[in-house]
Amino acid sequence: MAKKESSFKNMVITLLVVTVLASSALAYINELTKGPIEEAKLKAKLEAIGKVVPEFNNNPSEEMYTIQSDLGELECYPAKQSNKLVGTAISTLTKLGFSGTIRIMVGISPEGKIINSVVLEHSETPGLGSKMTQAKFKDQFKNLDPAKEELKVTKDGGVIDAITASTITSRAYCDAVQRAYNAYRKGGLK
Amino acid sequence: MNQWQNFSKGFFKENGVFVLLLGMCPTLGVTSSAINGLGMGLATTFVLVMSNVVISLIKNLVPDKVRIPVFIVVIASFVTIVQMTMEAFVPALFKALGVFIPLIVVNCIILGRAEAFASKNNVLSSLLDGLGIGLGFAMALTMLGSIREILGNGSLFNFKFVPEDASTMLVFVLSPGAFIVLGYLIALVNRIRKVS
Repeated sequence: MAKKESSFKNMVITLLVVTVLASSALAYINELTKGPIEEAKLKAKLEAIGKVVPEFNNNPSEEMYTIQSDLGELECYPAKQSNKLVGTAISTLTKLGFSGTIRIMVGISPEGKIINSVVLEHSETPGLGSKMTQAKFKDQFKNLDPAKEELKVTKDGGVIDAITASTITSRAYCDAVQRAYNAYRKGGLK
Repeated sequence: MNQWQNFSKGFFKENGVFVLLLGMCPTLGVTSSAINGLGMGLATTFVLVMSNVVISLIKNLVPDKVRIPVFIVVIASFVTIVQMTMEAFVPALFKALGVFIPLIVVNCIILGRAEAFASKNNVLSSLLDGLGIGLGFAMALTMLGSIREILGNGSLFNFKFVPEDASTMLVFVLSPGAFIVLGYLIALVNRIRKVS
């Protein structure tokens, strides 16, 4: 078959046909993957909530409410065991990270203590800042009462041992947890 | 050139990374661990094979002057398909590779093969060419990722073989490490090519 001539009509028709075909193929794939993507996101969220609060039997993502903070609204997921509040998972963030936004899920007990925290999203340096996801660093926050103890690295007069060579990341982590706590004090304690 | 050569040249003789030095952005960017390198390599392979096949099928229907936009649309469509599929079924890997998945669109290996090979050859040759170049790329990325992960993190495919708090050569996980390892691997490949 001979090559098509590069006339104006041929070029317009070819581009039109190719883009229409490509967009319909993408629309079809989008329909197929929409469900699984939502599911995967929800599963990841519920998993994170499950890690930071005690056992619950309600559906926290249905009772989600938001609290205003200096970096926009924070999502709060109340976890209840037979209608009694056992903890609130707050999805918090910080812009103080070494590279980009760090998102953390923090669980706060009804008494205002930190139950646990887990990193949702970060792009810190692998091998340095990324160590914040390991138990050695983040377990320091367990059972802390930010009303009594300062959520800062020891260098700044707080109680958290910073990760070696990653003080910026450690400070950012404290900042995110503190933000969740502040928001919780403001709107969560009723 | 016979079909076997179409396939096998991608691994050594015309390896996209070590010999042609194409696609450096994902090569240096995502290979901080072996699994990231492998995932990126396989995603690229899929896009390369599919776009090569489609482009070799439509090569006579496309006027010369608009061939590049058409190729880009075809490639971008397959990249988006890969992106959505990965987000749906391997969210963890999708998160690790991040912005590099949409950037497969501008990987010059893919457009290079479309322009230099698929637009001149038949479907079977193009398929084998895409598969060979793609797997060669995946192999190179996995090698880079493995070496960097072993030296920099003391693990391979997330399997740790040093104690948790052992100090490792962190520089290899960071960006400079990518250049260092790539440099040595290219030197090694050049040396072997000279001998054979």
